[in-house]
Amino acid sequence: MHSLAEKIQQEFPNGFVKAVEWRGDIAVIVKREFLHDIAKYVHDDPDMDCDYMVHVSSVDWPDDEERFEVVYEVYSIRKRHRIRLKTRVPESDCIVDSLTDLWKGADFMEREVYDMMGIRFRHHPDLRRILMPDDYTEGYPLRKDFPVQGKGWRDTFEFLSEAQ
Amino acid sequence: MKDTTIKQVLDDQRTTIYKVDPEHPESESLPTLRTEELLLNMGPQHPSTHGVLKVVLELEGERLVKSTPVMGFLHRGVEKLAEDGTYHQFIPHTDRLDYVCAMYNNFAYCRAVEKLMNITVPDRAEYLRTIVAEVQRIIGHQFWLGTQALDIGAMTVFFYTFRDREILLDWFDELCGARLTTSWYRIGGVERDLTQALIQKLRQFLAYFPPKIDEYVVFLEKNRIWVARTKGVAVISAEDALSFGLSGPTLRGSGVDYDLRKYEPYSAYPKCEFSVPVGKNGDTYDRYWIRVQEMYESVKIIQQCLDQMQEGPVMADVPSVTLPPKERVFTNLESMIQQFKLFSQGFDAPPGEIYCGTEAHKGELGFYIVSTGGGKPYRLKIRAPSFIHMGAFDYMSRGYMIADAVTIFGTYDIVMGECDR
Repeated sequence: MHSLAEKIQQEFPNGFVKAVEWRGDIAVIVKREFLHDIAKYVHDDPDMDCDYMVHVSSVDWPDDEERFEVVYEVYSIRKRHRIRLKTRVPESDCIVDSLTDLWKGADFMEREVYDMMGIRFRHHPDLRRILMPDDYTEGYPLRKDFPVQGKGWRDTFEFLSEAQ
Repeated sequence: MKDTTIKQVLDDQRTTIYKVDPEHPESESLPTLRTEELLLNMGPQHPSTHGVLKVVLELEGERLVKSTPVMGFLHRGVEKLAEDGTYHQFIPHTDRLDYVCAMYNNFAYCRAVEKLMNITVPDRAEYLRTIVAEVQRIIGHQFWLGTQALDIGAMTVFFYTFRDREILLDWFDELCGARLTTSWYRIGGVERDLTQALIQKLRQFLAYFPPKIDEYVVFLEKNRIWVARTKGVAVISAEDALSFGLSGPTLRGSGVDYDLRKYEPYSAYPKCEFSVPVGKNGDTYDRYWIRVQEMYESVKIIQQCLDQMQEGPVMADVPSVTLPPKERVFTNLESMIQQFKLFSQGFDAPPGEIYCGTEAHKGELGFYIVSTGGGKPYRLKIRAPSFIHMGAFDYMSRGYMIADAVTIFGTYDIVMGECDR
């Protein structure tokens, strides 16, 4: 295991689930309740020192019990290392703590995750849709059960099926 | 009322609105003119928003109190489309992200897939990629400089930069048959080699171009309006810029030398000598200065690549992933089958996830790809610098004049195709 992942494990034995290193990327899977604490540690600790938020993303795994995965990728400009923090949330209660208090840039990135995947962020200052219209009621487009051709009035379009 | 009193009232009013001076709290109780907050919709159709972007500006007089970007007018669901096609099929989609700099998007995407597939690109292909990417960087900065100057009111520069940009776009046209939507990069290499004629033309351009940059600079830096409108406008500290996730010249203007070409060297960049210009004040002027300096650096990088480049293949030879050479497809049955299978079924990617960031001229353009095996990405997330820069717009524009809003859009170098995806 990578030394950074080990440090997180030592610091948060209860919140740490697993660490994966693949193609040089370090991904640490953590429990949702500990996400904010671990992120704070990764942001503040002088050995971690991750002051730069790279991206916030989300993945939908419809067959899993905890359906959604929230992915935060952070980078340290001074130490030049990259850590990916991942956490799982179930569909019935898809809410995680917002990290906007640590990285200001997380504001728009979390709004995009909310818009596209429907995951809510606790204590987010302005959680609204960002790319889709405010009055969009047809769901969350990047969920796997959302059809590629769209929903709602788009259903009335005539699409050629593959058989034709 | 005497003139002086009116002036005093106006001055005091300004302090109450924008910064209550703690030493003169009584200024709040002075007789004030009637004030009212004004809500102004800027866009979606506005020539200086560089696409379809709306910003709701809350104004006190002519000062910006709060601005709320309303985005998504150009949202095409590119990330969703990516899940429905093979890895090769997504390359043309990346052209339409940042449509003024398609080559760099291709580059960033191909690099991400190569990291996923663990492919090493041959040397000559790496040099070609670097050369074309730097040509694209010059085009991007020329486009930015021209439009930014136009937005601020200096119209002449626009004609000069676009005249030189045209030479490079014609060069692209000859290289791959398209000026803007190029799709020239391939997973594992590039589509075709540079011909001698193209190399000749590029060398001519490299000799011709640096004096032209000096010309642009003379136009702007001797222009008092340009200097007044850029110096000290939209200042952001290094700490805030990092916290907002800014990247590229927007971050380097604040004094952070974060450049992936140096931090995580890729392609032929480690073999070239170049410097990363870094600003001091974090204002619009520093960001402009950085982009101008980067054009000089790009010229240097291209020159070195052209000198160092050796003969060799331009595509990695991994038949299960990379495309066969075009001439073999037309003459050889196996190659034809290989080409057909790669485009209809795609290649089998190993399960896993990667993030790969590339220093495009706007900032860090990254692709986060989750694969569960098979020919299609399970999830593809684009880290678009324009989108993330817009997150800092409200913070950076507060307290400036309404006319500066235009300058601040410009200083990020936003393109809505990439911002809305």
